Amino acid sequence: MRKVCLDMVYELAKQDPRVFFIGSDLGAGTLDSFKREMPERFFMEGVSEATVIGIAAGLALEGKIPYVNTIATFLTRRCFEQIAVDLCLHNANVRLIGNGGGLVYAPLGPTHLAIDDLAILRALPNMTIVAPADANEMRRCMRATLTHQGPLYIRLAKGGDPIVTSDTEPFTIGRAVLMREGADALLVTTGVTLQVALAAAALLREQGVEAAVLHLPTVKPLDAGTLIRHAAEVPAIVTVEEHTLMGGLGSAVVEALAEAGLAPAKRLKRIGIPDVFPDQYGSQASLMRRYGITAEHAAATVTGLLSGALREGAPSMTLEP
Amino acid sequence: MTSEPAPQPGGLDARSLALRRTIIRMMAAGKRGHLGSACSLVEILRVLYDEVLRYDPANPRWPLRDRCILSKGHGCLALYAILADKGFFPTEELWKFCRADGILGGHPEHGKVPGVEASTGSLGHGLAIGIGFALHARHERAGHRVVVIMSDGEANEGSVWEAALCAAKHRLSHLTVLIDYNKQQSYGPTAEVCDLEPFADKWRAFGFSVEEADGHSLDALRSVLGRVPLDPRRPSAIICHTTKGKGIPVAEGNPEWHHKSKLTEEDAQGLLAALETA
Repeated sequence: MRKVCLDMVYELAKQDPRVFFIGSDLGAGTLDSFKREMPERFFMEGVSEATVIGIAAGLALEGKIPYVNTIATFLTRRCFEQIAVDLCLHNANVRLIGNGGGLVYAPLGPTHLAIDDLAILRALPNMTIVAPADANEMRRCMRATLTHQGPLYIRLAKGGDPIVTSDTEPFTIGRAVLMREGADALLVTTGVTLQVALAAAALLREQGVEAAVLHLPTVKPLDAGTLIRHAAEVPAIVTVEEHTLMGGLGSAVVEALAEAGLAPAKRLKRIGIPDVFPDQYGSQASLMRRYGITAEHAAATVTGLLSGALREGAPSMTLEP
Repeated sequence: MTSEPAPQPGGLDARSLALRRTIIRMMAAGKRGHLGSACSLVEILRVLYDEVLRYDPANPRWPLRDRCILSKGHGCLALYAILADKGFFPTEELWKFCRADGILGGHPEHGKVPGVEASTGSLGHGLAIGIGFALHARHERAGHRVVVIMSDGEANEGSVWEAALCAAKHRLSHLTVLIDYNKQQSYGPTAEVCDLEPFADKWRAFGFSVEEADGHSLDALRSVLGRVPLDPRRPSAIICHTTKGKGIPVAEGNPEWHHKSKLTEEDAQGLLAALETA
């Protein structure tokens, strides 16, 4: 997914002279072809993320479309004010490409985990947030980034993620995608937890439960209309995200459902990272297991809600010490 | 390190006094404002907009204009006075400073105020945006210049030095940083709050070509700005030695006048009277 994303930046730059690329201190060889063929639009500016955002804002105010790439959390945590003021306040056409969304950098520890990037950016007016699920969707998404107005954050996953979306459907920023129909429950997700949700739906089918899967590759603006329409048709809703439960996709979904008056009528749980800094290393997969971001746990949460075994107000799982 | 130039003898001329009167009247209208920070800036902006920068008030987005960013956005009273004087917007807007129905806020906003190139107010943002403008100018092979006006307190921000490294790496000789070095920040003297010295040496060490000037001397400012770029392979930094609150004795060097709120009409009349007798 990362490779496709950067390859697409190169392709877009070949098509459109407004496209610039700015990296911080990326891995040797990153976008070498871009640098070789379009050196006047390629910049690598060092471990200076705040400056990179400011430069991108200046270029965008001059009519360029800069794509900025570095580790996700160094964008969202370190540069929060530059993103808010330089990009969002100016509604600048800058695209932020965040490497290692969620728990990808598990072995590197909590300084490198982007578990709050969606929450941080959701708070900013004019910001659009996308989290494609696989390389196919990334390719389609990147085509849409060229004409988008305003700042845009693109959350990257680890790469090599199982392909679950087609490579033909058009990608519309701001539109939810119903990946699977089902009348018994609705799983709502974004990014690579789409794969988790689809696997959970397959497990549920084995138990005779038909769960719909609604994929929200755009986290902001939320496609609340589609969400509410599908949520209204089922008794139980479970959100699944590779992100803290404070302010991410689950929060956005619950806000929309509550304001639509649906919340009291539904059984609902959110799956994600609790309000902690992850306390283990290991791998993305092992941390996802630790926090119950798995098909098995999502499926069990759905059946628990449907059977009444999981009560409102109780967490969907308890952390092992 | 060069020594600080001695201030020129003699007071402010009629235009400098008139711009300060406008600043005080705007403050009276808005009942607030950064008086000291604006008054130290008047001659810098005056020389830039009267004699140095190319622009068209009737077409603020004219592609060939020079780009000037007031990175010390809290000095905006002085910028608003100049921009109105040049015809970027009607003078009546000045008297709606900080009002809900006005375009002129306590910090300048791009998109709201014609002639304002970037929204500033949080310090330490303008230089990086200016680098973006300068890289664009180079890419387009356009001849316009980029000027970023910063405060001394602003140079406490790490982001300023991060951006300085970048500007020097790209040898942005068409980028000029002007620093309003009035030696007072909000709490008190810069030497006590966060000492910047040796200030000129720091900019030199970061790859800039540096000169120092009396920031209230029209001749000194004309002379140094007329020699920009100071080096064809480096960005320029001009350290302008100024007096905070220049022209108003009660405010000069007085941190109490860094920012004032609840300003009464009587206070304003007192400031106007003080300006005339200084």
